[in-house]
Amino acid sequence: MFVARLAALTAAALCVISAADAKTLRWASQGDALTLDPYSQNEGPTTAMNTHFYDALISRDPKLVKVPGLALSWKPISPVIWEFKLRPDVKFSDGTPFTADDVVFSYNRALAPSSDFRAYISSIKEVKAVDPLTVHIITDGPNPILPDYTTSILIMSRAWAEKHNVTKPQNFKDKEETYAVRNAMGTGPYMVKQRDPDVRTVMVKNPTYWGAKEFPNYPDELVYTPIKEPATRVAALISGQVDFVLDAPLQDIARIKQTAGLKTEETAQVRSIFLGLDMGSAELKYSDVKGKNPFADKRVRQAMYQAIDINAIKAKVMRNFAAPAGLVTSPGVHGYTPALDQRQKFDVAAAKKLMAEAGYPNGFSVTLDCPNDRYNNDEQICQAVTSMLAQIGIKVDLQARSKTLHFPKIQKKDSSMFLLGWGVPTLDSHYVFTFLYQTNDPAKKVGGWNYTNYSNAKLDALTDAMLKEVDQAKRDKMIADAWELAVADMPYLPLHHQLIVWSMSDKVTIPIFANDSPNFKYSTIK
Amino acid sequence: MLAFIVSRLLQSLAVMLAVSFVCFTLFNFVGDPVNNMVGQEAGPAEREEMRRELGLEDSVAVQFARFLGNAVSGNFGKSYRLARPVSDLIVERMPATLELVAVAALLALAMGIPLGVLTALRRNSVDSGAIMTFSLAGVAMPTFVIGILLIYVFSVECKTWAPAIGLPPDWCFPSFGRGETVKLGWWNTGLLTASGLKAIVLPAFTLSLFQMTLVLRLVRSQMLEVLRTDYIKFARARGLTNRAVHFRHALKNTLLPVITVIGIQVGGLIAFSIITETVFQWPGMGQLFIQSVQFADIPVMAAYLVMVSFIFVAINFFVDLLYAAIDPRLRLDRAQLGTAGG
Repeated sequence: MFVARLAALTAAALCVISAADAKTLRWASQGDALTLDPYSQNEGPTTAMNTHFYDALISRDPKLVKVPGLALSWKPISPVIWEFKLRPDVKFSDGTPFTADDVVFSYNRALAPSSDFRAYISSIKEVKAVDPLTVHIITDGPNPILPDYTTSILIMSRAWAEKHNVTKPQNFKDKEETYAVRNAMGTGPYMVKQRDPDVRTVMVKNPTYWGAKEFPNYPDELVYTPIKEPATRVAALISGQVDFVLDAPLQDIARIKQTAGLKTEETAQVRSIFLGLDMGSAELKYSDVKGKNPFADKRVRQAMYQAIDINAIKAKVMRNFAAPAGLVTSPGVHGYTPALDQRQKFDVAAAKKLMAEAGYPNGFSVTLDCPNDRYNNDEQICQAVTSMLAQIGIKVDLQARSKTLHFPKIQKKDSSMFLLGWGVPTLDSHYVFTFLYQTNDPAKKVGGWNYTNYSNAKLDALTDAMLKEVDQAKRDKMIADAWELAVADMPYLPLHHQLIVWSMSDKVTIPIFANDSPNFKYSTIK
Repeated sequence: MLAFIVSRLLQSLAVMLAVSFVCFTLFNFVGDPVNNMVGQEAGPAEREEMRRELGLEDSVAVQFARFLGNAVSGNFGKSYRLARPVSDLIVERMPATLELVAVAALLALAMGIPLGVLTALRRNSVDSGAIMTFSLAGVAMPTFVIGILLIYVFSVECKTWAPAIGLPPDWCFPSFGRGETVKLGWWNTGLLTASGLKAIVLPAFTLSLFQMTLVLRLVRSQMLEVLRTDYIKFARARGLTNRAVHFRHALKNTLLPVITVIGIQVGGLIAFSIITETVFQWPGMGQLFIQSVQFADIPVMAAYLVMVSFIFVAINFFVDLLYAAIDPRLRLDRAQLGTAGG
């Protein structure tokens, strides 16, 4: 009796102490998550938020290396079967146990027609629970990068989803809002306490979190506020009303660094910015050259490449928050090497000579399509490129538009030259080749973002082969060969890799993630 | 009178129809929401299917007819961005905007009228000159500049100057948001908590500054005019005190036009609040609208614009009725119907 009372008292005291010491981290960024349903929107901020409530089989650490999540280990047991051994004794935040059946349920939900993550796991034929702690994922052919794709599929509870009638991702045909839009229940480090979209989201520590031992010090409470206006966001940080800002405008970083009590973290983002040239059409749609396509001539593409003074863009437009690139993919992606990431020399004289050799001593005109609200300083980059290309006689007509107009236009292949940025969620070069370089073929679902009409049978074959090759050394050789072809053929003119800068109070420590997706279980606050 | 009301109602309806049709044609220029709704891995076929499902492939006329049909039964559709019914979103956001507008309008009257009277009575003094110069700035400065300036002074720099002049450091104002709110039925109010009251000060002042200077200048010019009239001279001749002359006789007669103007300006405040809400991250309808424009969230944009045009039309309608009640000529002479009230 006495012991029980003592235990109760101690527990009560502990509660008081933890309540008094409850540490809250307040953070802000431009745009809120669109929904808490983990499969209905494949969008950066949405996934970043949902990762706090839900876990994937495999997670990524701050260096973006794959680490055990809900699965402790994974290995191929045949060319088409991956075996995942699940973490034992994991509970959902409502106290129910996590089992292999929840994995089966979640993958089937992610494969539903209304899921926005179908493309990631389209090679999956079946997901089977072998026993409560073993899952087999059967693919329609060998798939060496399946584990990379599983990092994007967050695991839900079958019981919870069935109870709330959300066994399918929310669909636009549904008349009403589904329960999963504003509620979440997973195995992750946090639980939803309050969700007011676009206004305020409060998350509290999940008491049943399996990683509590590994991550003992993360904040007890997270308060997220979207602040649309960049100046207001910076003001909120400087005046101490938020502790962390994900996306301070580049021009304010110097000011933040100078302010006492604030600091920044920066790293190269997995996103590269480049220009695409329609090199495959018989005639450019937007140019004064008729009857032939100047971009089909490699000398012209090379001349344009060499006429771009990337260091000037880096210093003046990007305020040094960019790394000049020779490759359209970034450090951190499997297959990237610094040797490949070398730019052609900036040399206007050589560029002029190439233009003359190609038969355009006086240049030509072309229209450049550019977004103005998608990438860091995107429109200014295009303006700089426009004036640089004028030096070799190319009269660029710059058309800068909102992303809601820019992307539909280039997707209709209604562009001769365009600015594009590309991130790689799988962190494997195959993703870049299959979307940007493979010959566009809707039936085979490849080359979906190849709006340059570039087509190289050798590169296509290599891309198909690297998807199925399980021998790592052979596969790496294929990727290296493919990059060599891609760099030599030059359908894209690389510009730079974006750098990201996170700004925060001195009290906060958090490792920066190159995918720009903060994971607060790695953070602490004083 | 009944004929007048009916014809006014019909006209209002026509205006609303025209506004919504113009909106719908304009939506063609805000772009395609589909890219924001599917991941970059989605193929052309999936995007095409989504477009068909949303009915974006249909002509503007068909889309407009469908929208009208649904709107009549109170169904404004679901937001493309947030996957929630548009009517819920607007009802959730309306209290924030209406509270901001109400406080701003009150502030405009409470400061505009006394300052207007003061500058009229003490025409040549230095303080009147200063107030008039300040009022010029209020008319000329864009709202977002005022907002950012206030944030800079009263929220960022405040941390240094407030303690220096003896104010507590937590005296400074928040730079964003609504503070804590309390639910009264479906109405979410920030006016009942200390942090909510504090949070409304800077945005309400920003929003009201233009109207405040408008009221100030209007009261001043009306007051100057009234002070020149014969009945004021007679009042003075009767030996009334200055106070009685200025406030009982002169001010009363200047207020009629001011109230009319403010009534119409309330619609303007709601429209202007878009900028103020963006600067202060005020979670109202204006901000919802801006976010929807960037996403090309057509259902929300359509509902918002129809609602704002409804507010304008409704205010004008009531002003017309008031005029008609006051001025019997409007009721009798149908030839003047077209010009009444604009």
